[in-house]
Amino acid sequence: MRNALMAGLLAAVACGIVGVYVVVKRIVFISGGIAHASFGGIGIGYYLGINPIIGALVFSLASGLAIGGITRKTRLSADTAIGILWAVGMAVGIIFIYLTPGYAPDLMSYLFGNILTVPMTDIYLMLGLDLVIISIVVIFFKEYLILSFDEEYATAIGMPVEILYFLLLAMIALTVVVLIRVVGMILVIALLTFPAAMARLFTYDMKKMMILSVIFGFLFTLGGLWISYELNLPSGATIILLGGVVLGLAFGVSRLFIKRAAPDKEESTEQ
Amino acid sequence: MNNENEIVKLQNIRVSYGGVPALEDVTISIFRHDFLGIIGPNGGGKSTLLKVLLGLVKPDSGTVSVFGKNPEQARSRIGYVSQRPVFDNNYPVSVWDVAMMGRYGKAGIMRRYSHEDKVAVERALKRVDMFKYKDKQIGRLSGGQQQRVFVARALVSEPELLLLDEPTASIDSTLQAEFYELLGELKRNLTIIMVSHDIGAVSIYVDKIACLNRQLYYHGSREITAEVLEATYKCPVQLITHGPVPHRVLKEH
Repeated sequence: MRNALMAGLLAAVACGIVGVYVVVKRIVFISGGIAHASFGGIGIGYYLGINPIIGALVFSLASGLAIGGITRKTRLSADTAIGILWAVGMAVGIIFIYLTPGYAPDLMSYLFGNILTVPMTDIYLMLGLDLVIISIVVIFFKEYLILSFDEEYATAIGMPVEILYFLLLAMIALTVVVLIRVVGMILVIALLTFPAAMARLFTYDMKKMMILSVIFGFLFTLGGLWISYELNLPSGATIILLGGVVLGLAFGVSRLFIKRAAPDKEESTEQ
Repeated sequence: MNNENEIVKLQNIRVSYGGVPALEDVTISIFRHDFLGIIGPNGGGKSTLLKVLLGLVKPDSGTVSVFGKNPEQARSRIGYVSQRPVFDNNYPVSVWDVAMMGRYGKAGIMRRYSHEDKVAVERALKRVDMFKYKDKQIGRLSGGQQQRVFVARALVSEPELLLLDEPTASIDSTLQAEFYELLGELKRNLTIIMVSHDIGAVSIYVDKIACLNRQLYYHGSREITAEVLEATYKCPVQLITHGPVPHRVLKEH
């Protein structure tokens, strides 16, 4: 249980911070592609008999860079690149799991997450990845604020846009790995988007949005964990459903609130 | 010839996108304190020309020199206001922070913004009369107000060359007049290149006019002849002359 709380907190930090970039830069499906492609690494991990999470780490980093490379250097569009890597990564995973003799233990927990069974070694890995993510964001906060606002302008003022973009994809890949144990690779994009989308309802300051998003991420994870325990449901899916319901309510309430508080404000958001 | 007042020198620039030519054989020299208006039809290569100056678009052939260097090295001395920047109106950033982006070139990577940067941002926002909105989210402002903030962002970098791409496209006509007056003040210390498809407005405020429709027609003055305009727009157009009172002569057609 203590591991579950730690895992939840570490997941919230990663998805809260990186999720803000994913949401404001509208690269949710790039993140989905990276997450699914990481399944190839899980399969290879089983086959080689190493920790599948290490395989996922290598694969998600590689697929993040590949998506970046394909969209920047070739004429394929981003969604084509995502589609290719998404499916190829999954196929590689399925083949290698098939080839692995015997039965793949806790395969389901990589697919759908199981926060209650996160081993201590993975907690340390998650902590390490969180520290890497936090350092990158602290160092390059100013750069990412400009880059994700207006990429053309960022290039025009001489910012190393490509390197920063690849670094952002790498951060997403690391976040995917942090989240796999908690909600599973299939549900990762939910934790990358819900907390950040929720935070955006309350502030338009990027720093505050990140802090709020981490808090929401932690509340969703904790709340989902508790509900799943009480009702004996799978934890990953419960966390996501709780997030979805809360987010839906929050959107509804905020629309009502905005309409009542300032009718003219509504128009300016529509333009 | 190496004239230090020659800020921009383009020679025989050719740009094409996937085989379709956007600029052909463009040659122009722009000097310190010029206020050059570039007019031409949509798709005539106006934005492309500015992007060549910024090094965002690489010409297929020809040479670009900005402040005697290649465009990438000159970027820190150029302020750029793009045509209606594409951004999300929900993007979490305040007017103040957007203007501060212009100081990035001065602060540099991995450095924090200094007191000096803050002073520059305050001055620029006051100059475009947007300081009172400094804490507002940028997406909550009107198109014209956003445009002013983007001009402030270009100004805070203390550029020597200001590139404006259709700066008045999203501003209504009363604000346009104000905007051009602002440019009139700025041109005393700056070299300005402004791209527009609005011939009338441009001709009143700029000092020199070039016409661009893949090829560039430029005579170093703001007098444009009917022949040049027709060559640019491929159809008879209104001719603008500059008398004591600006007026237009409508050509027979």
